Amino acid sequence: MSAASGPSAIVVGAGIVGAACAEALAEAGCRVTVFEAGLAGSGATATSMGHLVVMDGSEAEFALSAYSRRLWTERAETLPASCEDSPSGTLWLAADEDEMALVHGKAAFYTARGEAVEVLDAAALHEAEPQLRPTLVGALRVQADRIIYPPAATWLFLDRARARGATVHEGVIVEAVRPRGARVAGTWNEADVLVVAAAAASTRLLPGLPIEPRKGHLVITDRYPGFLRHQVVELGYLKEAHTMSRESVAFNVQPRSTGQLLIGSSRELVGWDSSINAALRDRMLRRAEEYVPAISTLSALRTWVGFRPATPDGLPLVGEWEPGLLVAAGHEGLGVTTSLGTARMVADLALGRPSALDPKPFDPRRSKAPHA
Amino acid sequence: MPERVHLSVDGRVIEAEPGTSVLAALWNAGVRTVRSSVTGEGRGALCGMGTCHECRVTVDGSAHRRSCLEVVREGMEVETGG
Repeated sequence: MSAASGPSAIVVGAGIVGAACAEALAEAGCRVTVFEAGLAGSGATATSMGHLVVMDGSEAEFALSAYSRRLWTERAETLPASCEDSPSGTLWLAADEDEMALVHGKAAFYTARGEAVEVLDAAALHEAEPQLRPTLVGALRVQADRIIYPPAATWLFLDRARARGATVHEGVIVEAVRPRGARVAGTWNEADVLVVAAAAASTRLLPGLPIEPRKGHLVITDRYPGFLRHQVVELGYLKEAHTMSRESVAFNVQPRSTGQLLIGSSRELVGWDSSINAALRDRMLRRAEEYVPAISTLSALRTWVGFRPATPDGLPLVGEWEPGLLVAAGHEGLGVTTSLGTARMVADLALGRPSALDPKPFDPRRSKAPHA
Repeated sequence: MPERVHLSVDGRVIEAEPGTSVLAALWNAGVRTVRSSVTGEGRGALCGMGTCHECRVTVDGSAHRRSCLEVVREGMEVETGG
C-alpha cells in the first residue's frame, strides 16, 4: 500500500507510546520514521505491569483512560497470543469502613460515566479472591479492565507501522531535536512533524518538559496458576500514586497468564539510580503479605526496577510543544493503557483532524510560564 | 532389611530408603521428567544440588519444591508435571 499521500513524521522513542503513535500516523497515511536509542519496548514499557485500567483521578484522566481501554478492548480479538491479553478485571480493595466509603464514591463516579462496576461486600470479595486476607471489608470490581504483555504489543504496533511503510531504527540515538527535525550522527533528518515520545528520557532532548523519573520495583514469582484471578490493588494506592513523598509502597499484585504473580508497587524519586533498594522492596513484599498472607510461601524469581515518567499534575504531556514539534510523554504509570488514546490524539493533531478526545488538559505547555 | 518409606508420585506408591532425596527416589522409580517449561517442554534435574531449580515438584500441595533438597517422608504426596 502506498503511504506517500500524507505528511512525513519522525517519532523519537519506540516504547509503547511511540510505537502506538507510529502505528496511528502510518495508518493515517504518513511516511513515518522511528528512532529508538535502545531496543523497541525495552525502557519503561518492559518494566511495567501491563494493567489496562480506567482511572478516576480527574475527568481528564478518566476520559483518556476510558477511551484508551475501549480501543484496547476493540482490538482484543485481533491481538496475537504473545500479547497475553487477559480480561481479568480490577479489584480495588477496602481495608476498613473509611475505604469502603471510597469504594461507594468510586462506584458512583464510574457508574455516572457509563463504566460498569460492582461493589463487593466481604463475603463476595472472599468468594472472588479466596487468597485475600478475610478481614478486608469489600472491594470495587471494574470487570472490563484487562492485562497485557506490553513489549509484545509494542512490537505488534511497530510491525503494523512497517507494513504501512514506516522505517524503524533501533540502537540509534537522537542527539538533538528541533521543530520538524531530529539530529542523528550529526545529520538533521527532516519531516513535516516531529514527535518526542521518549518517556522520562524526553527531557534530555527537551529540558523544559516537566517530567521526572519515578522509580518503582516489581517482583515476579514462579507459576502458581489460579492463585489470584483479578489484578488486586489497595485503595490506598490512589493516595500513594498521587503524592510525591520520597519513598512509598502500595499493594498492587497481578496474575500473569502464565500463573506467575507480578508484585508491586514502590515509588521513589532518586533520579536514574537503577539499583535495587532492598529495604524498600522488602517493605513492598511485606505490604503484599498483609493483603495476601500466603504470598510469603511463594517463590520469587526476580526483582527489577523501572522509571515512570512522572509529571507534576499526574497527567501526560500530549500535544504541540512548538509548531512542528509534538510531545507524547509523561504518562507515569498509565502509559500502557493510554498509549492508544495518546496515539489517536497525536495523529489527529499531526493531520489537523478534529480530535476524538479533548486534548486541552494534556497540552504540554500548560505548566510553562505564559511569556517564557 | 532396612526400613522403607512410602510416598505417592502422581498417585502411584513408590518405596525409598529413609534419608533419600525425593529426586533420588524419583530416579530410582524411573521418573526423569518432573515438570514442564512455560512452552510445554519436559524438564528434569540438572544440578541435583539446589541451584538450577529444574527439578521442581509439588510436595504435599506446596508447589515448586526442589526435589533434590526434599527428603522423603512416610506418606508424602509428590506431584510432577507442574
